Amino acid sequence: MAPDVGLISLFFASIFTSNILLSNFLGMCSFISVSKDFTSSNGLGLAVTFVMTITTAINWLVYNYLLLPFGLEYLRYIVFIIVIAAIVQISEMIIERMSTNLYMSLGIFLPLITVNCAILGVALFMQIRNYNFLQSIIFGLGSGLGWWLAIVSLASIRKKVDNSPVPAPLKGPGITLITIGLMAMAFMGFSGMLNVQ
Amino acid sequence: MNSILTASLLIGGLSAVLSALIVIVDSIVNNYGEVTIDINSGKKNLKVNGGASLLTTLSEQGIFIPSACGGRGSCGACKVKVLSDIGPILPTEAPLLEKEEMENNVRLSCQIKVKSDISIEIPEELFSAKRYKAKVTKIQDMTYDIKEAKIDLIDPNEIDFKAGQYMQLVVPPYEKIKEYTQRAYSISSSPSQKNSVEFFIRLVPGGIATTYVHQYLKENDEIELVGPFGDFYMRDTDADMICVAGGSGLAPIKSIVSDMFERGITNRNVWLFFGARSLRDLYYLDFFQEKEKKWEKFHFVPALSEPQPDDNWKGEVGLITDVLAKYFKEKMDQDTQKEGYLCGSPGMINACVKVMTDNGIEEEKIYYDKFA
Repeated sequence: MAPDVGLISLFFASIFTSNILLSNFLGMCSFISVSKDFTSSNGLGLAVTFVMTITTAINWLVYNYLLLPFGLEYLRYIVFIIVIAAIVQISEMIIERMSTNLYMSLGIFLPLITVNCAILGVALFMQIRNYNFLQSIIFGLGSGLGWWLAIVSLASIRKKVDNSPVPAPLKGPGITLITIGLMAMAFMGFSGMLNVQ
Repeated sequence: MNSILTASLLIGGLSAVLSALIVIVDSIVNNYGEVTIDINSGKKNLKVNGGASLLTTLSEQGIFIPSACGGRGSCGACKVKVLSDIGPILPTEAPLLEKEEMENNVRLSCQIKVKSDISIEIPEELFSAKRYKAKVTKIQDMTYDIKEAKIDLIDPNEIDFKAGQYMQLVVPPYEKIKEYTQRAYSISSSPSQKNSVEFFIRLVPGGIATTYVHQYLKENDEIELVGPFGDFYMRDTDADMICVAGGSGLAPIKSIVSDMFERGITNRNVWLFFGARSLRDLYYLDFFQEKEKKWEKFHFVPALSEPQPDDNWKGEVGLITDVLAKYFKEKMDQDTQKEGYLCGSPGMINACVKVMTDNGIEEEKIYYDKFA
């Protein structure tokens, strides 16, 4: 039975109050690595949003029409990953064709979207929370936009921080992790406004 | 049992559907239409279908760029100069390009894709490289780990090459090797032998091509060769030639020596140092010793670094670099111009280059083929 949650609430909740990155800390590795540069962050955010929305929808169909009827729910991890891998491959081809510069700047992080745990996480949350098809698409899209918002925000903050007097021992990863912590705390401020659990 | 079957069918079916989807998208997205490749400023203009790597596209058009690793971006042999703007150097190219090459727009043809009209520069001699259908006529042991393979050319049935050049052997899939691959081997036969080529191939433990040659290739088997390639050949000067070979590195040197002897270029002093561990690693001794008798200025110096007691070795003993240094000081004319020709392992070559430069040979006059 799908939970009684409005699509608009779900959309904004997955962007802000339950941000997949800053509330659940999923997809951290590429979040930290790529956020050094705004253009790459923007491109990766777009790619993650695209892959997350499409894979959540396909995984919902696969789970409900293939795995459940045959009693093969235990295969969901491997099946979800296969779907994600295929969609990433397709996105890679499309990005290479549409924007060679973006393709170059994303480098290894583009194929690594396959193992971005935020994408598998969204597919699993969608299944655990019994979302219906439409709710799943909105949840996937919202989570992707949330991830995108988080990475471009961090990239912008890091650009500012680069020109700021940071104490020497905190330069680089230190100040980045502190920034992420502060961002997560700021996003906690949204909690309670909407609840989608 | 039923659930195992259902699970297998489901995963298999889903993978098949997704693979088909990838193939369809690939054929639509990677369709760049017809593009032109301009080679050497209008010397050749090719109209090709875009989308594939430059290396593959050129080989489909009968222009073979050397690629010892078969286009996997690990050997760095398939470098070409690209005159058009095709975007920045890829992370897969950077480790194999020198700084100077990057500045001169040299790229790895296996890594770049032909997406739009492109202008490139390649050495003229690559136009003569071909893909040959051939048949193995003889394969025999030279040492416990080196085989000599004689291969007759069928289509085309003649080859023109410079002594010292190499060809790429196309290894078909076998056992766990699922794809065609290519590996480069120096031709050991003389260029006068136009209808066949010979190679010395040493077994490299775990090596794809050498394992194939040593354990699977039989006489009368059909095989394909691509080439000839390479700029390791005799320079037309009067300088003394100091050749050093290790293991199967004897192949190009044998070709060069045979070619010089046949063409009567016997006015030059040629020193051939052949380094090995013990007697069981030496081969073709009779051939070179006979040349030494007939050719006054040819000197053959086999040397063993670890001769065994029952080898009864009476020749030179020690590392080939030490023997080389000794001959530079004691036997060679100090005042003549000299050139170095080296073929063997990278370690041996680096050490020999040092000995040669220490003894007055300019570095640009030392030519070598490193086994990588």
